[in-house]
Amino acid sequence: MADDKDNAEAILSEVHKKISDAFDLFDHEFNKTVDVREIGTIIRSLGCFPSEVELHDVITEAEDEEPMGYIRFERFLPVMTRVLMERKFRPITEDLLLQAFEVLDQQNKGYLEAEELTKYMTLEGEPFTQEEMEEMLSAALDPEKNVIAYKDFVSMMVIDDAQ
Amino acid sequence: MGCGNTKPNQLQLKKSERGHLSVPAATAMRSALLIQRWYRQYVARLEMRRRCTWNIFQSIEYAGEQDQIKLYNFFAYLMDHFTPASSERNLISHIFRDNDLLRDIEWERYFNYKNIEIPDDYCGPHLTFPLTTCIVTELVEAFRNKQQLHSRYVLQLLGETWKLLRLLPNINHVSTCHSKEITICGDLHGHLEDLLLIFYKNGLPSMETSYVFNGDYVDRGKNSIEILLILFAFLLLYPNDVYLNRGNHEDHMVNLRYGFTKEVLGKYRLHGKKILKLLQKIFSWLPLATVIDQKVLIVHGGISDTTDLSIIAKMDRHRYVSSLKPPKHRRFLAKSKVCDDDSDVEDAGAVGSVERRRVFSLTHSSPSASLHRSMQQRRSLQSSSGVEEELQEQRRQAGLSVEHQSVCSETELTQAVEADAEEWKQLVDLLWSDPMTLDGCVPNEVRGGGCYWGPDVTEDVLNRHHLHLLIRSHECKQEGYEFCHSRRVLTIFSASNYYEEGSNRGAYIRLGPDLIPHVIQYQATRTTRDLTLRQSVGRTERSALRALREQFFAHKSDLMSVFQQYDPDNTGLISLKDWAVAMETVLHLALPWRVLRSQLVNSTQDGMLDYHSWFRELDITEPNKELAHTNVLETLYKHHSNLETIFRIIDTDNSGLISFEEFRQTWKLLSSHLKMEISDEAIVDLAHSIDFNHDGSIDINEFMEAFRLVDSTHHDMGNSMIKAPS
Repeated sequence: MADDKDNAEAILSEVHKKISDAFDLFDHEFNKTVDVREIGTIIRSLGCFPSEVELHDVITEAEDEEPMGYIRFERFLPVMTRVLMERKFRPITEDLLLQAFEVLDQQNKGYLEAEELTKYMTLEGEPFTQEEMEEMLSAALDPEKNVIAYKDFVSMMVIDDAQ
Repeated sequence: MGCGNTKPNQLQLKKSERGHLSVPAATAMRSALLIQRWYRQYVARLEMRRRCTWNIFQSIEYAGEQDQIKLYNFFAYLMDHFTPASSERNLISHIFRDNDLLRDIEWERYFNYKNIEIPDDYCGPHLTFPLTTCIVTELVEAFRNKQQLHSRYVLQLLGETWKLLRLLPNINHVSTCHSKEITICGDLHGHLEDLLLIFYKNGLPSMETSYVFNGDYVDRGKNSIEILLILFAFLLLYPNDVYLNRGNHEDHMVNLRYGFTKEVLGKYRLHGKKILKLLQKIFSWLPLATVIDQKVLIVHGGISDTTDLSIIAKMDRHRYVSSLKPPKHRRFLAKSKVCDDDSDVEDAGAVGSVERRRVFSLTHSSPSASLHRSMQQRRSLQSSSGVEEELQEQRRQAGLSVEHQSVCSETELTQAVEADAEEWKQLVDLLWSDPMTLDGCVPNEVRGGGCYWGPDVTEDVLNRHHLHLLIRSHECKQEGYEFCHSRRVLTIFSASNYYEEGSNRGAYIRLGPDLIPHVIQYQATRTTRDLTLRQSVGRTERSALRALREQFFAHKSDLMSVFQQYDPDNTGLISLKDWAVAMETVLHLALPWRVLRSQLVNSTQDGMLDYHSWFRELDITEPNKELAHTNVLETLYKHHSNLETIFRIIDTDNSGLISFEEFRQTWKLLSSHLKMEISDEAIVDLAHSIDFNHDGSIDINEFMEAFRLVDSTHHDMGNSMIKAPS
């Protein structure tokens, strides 16, 4: 029993350190606060895949009663710990991602037209901003044919991530 | 989320609006959501990597600056506590040599260029005085074509510059009358390509195109001297339209470490020393600030809560040849002994905890050490001679308050002494400070000089002086610029790709009579603009990781011993958690080790790391395996910046060579600073093995080359050191 408890404490402590490290990276003033606009990056960098709505909920939980534009570590830590321990916002696997693209490629062409993908990404779901769209295209688009070979794109991104 | 006919909302199109999108609405939405969610995660991870990379570069950069200050403080302490007879004193007295001994007319004779002949085969640019637009434009072109200006012209140009600068006030006052716009540039750090890019985009300085250059023209980049020559030439050509501010790198002490000294001596073998000496005087005569329309203040570093432009306007700025060193006191020096203790105490406490600010600031002392410490050159009262004893004394005194052995009773002297200290602080604050988001004003311990000032201080200082805006430089910014303090402070940084290609953009400001700053950004190399986010992050990251790996190598023994502490059974494995803790304790770099772990550790089994193979995987080849005493090698590498600094100081004739004895003494000095034991025998052996010429002297450049670590792909470079020298 004691061992288990030790183990659990060790795990918890490690989780806390992970959160702390990520948080500190954005804590420019070394005063344990970060700009609320950077919380999304922090949460995602810890391996979570929240949607925008889910992100917003986490932020609301971590904010002070009177939101000041920044989040304090002491409020962020318990919220984020729970997120990690409960394994919320599970990762999206390569297969699932590929499927999502294939679904949009109704004619099974093996690729998506730039315009097609843009329309989906900027009009459906939680739409991309223009900047996000441009950035995705710059990485995914084959400029000669003006299409996105999504299978290659997904493989490439996944390799990047693993590095 | 899978209902069919939903009412329209922002997140979903009506069936009729979806036009040619043939996938059913719900499915499309689900897929889109998934892709978006995944992609945003991906971008966040990239951003994290970029942030880490930035952190790595900055940490190593600031650690270097701290190091410099520590070394400097150590010398200052030694100077005060050695008896005149001590041989080490001679060595380090070079740093404190006074420049002011000769009168101006003697200096003019010393810098005489007239008997330097230009050889017939010289095909670089020619200068005639007074300068004309044509000549200066050709000079710029010549530099663009990688030509070098002959030392005769360099000295002549510098001489003319010096004459002009002496006439300028401490604070330049500029006006935007006649609807003129003024261009303001930040740090250039020897990046000629950025200066040329600015001229290309914005026009050369002229009566229609005024410029303010905000310091840090030199160090780090390869073309520091060319940048200076261009700026000085334009200053001479258009003295009413070109304004130069002094930066913290316009300082020979800093230049010794950060590359400018080396650049000049390399390019001008015969007259480099003279050129550097003349530049020392020129730097001290550079104005400290520029004010536009009495509303916009431009200084290199920043301000502090005590900044007072009227004090700055009145001081004799040229007495501060180096902002790291207070000027020699005008009158007889009071004898007071104070302790230089806090850095010791902090070092002792550093092990086992990571704090981002460790070094004691030059001018902002804690209450226990007084201002007096930083002000005067004191005669020694000690009779003990050994360095070790001195340091023991220092350690014993740690934590004690000021002791005045004998106090000079003249009130005037005390007042003069305090006025000097005040002036010096004003100057250091202007050149070294950084803004912070919290209110208040605290010592800038990361850099070791100046302070961190908050929005309330900005409000106060600007209002007190009836100013609207503070423009400063000094800090590298990813976008080349950054506003803070409710847009009342604007940082401008003009050296793009500062850390690495793709690391950041450069920028400059155009300011019209409305005094609203317009920022223009650029990046020097064509290729980087076309890189995707992913690629430019990757490239910069590789460079940062390389720099980090060098740090690992430099601390290999320490790391190994800590790893072994965590592995008492000698399994060769440690947990990743212990790895992170080891990194923190040994390297003293405030980095997010757990975040970086995935980049730095390739393979683990069940969360355990094989640390021996980890070291092998780092892919670092020790440069010269022939050198015996490899732990000495490692120590030397760790401190090679300090070593190089010291070498250049003691190499008084700038020959690039030092004698065995000097090498030995240097090493003894450094090892006492670092509180290490290195046997004399090890040092002598090392010196002998480095003396490839067998002529009893060591070539500094060759020596430093021996410590340049290489990736294993380039290990031939290391091997070449074993071959006979040219």
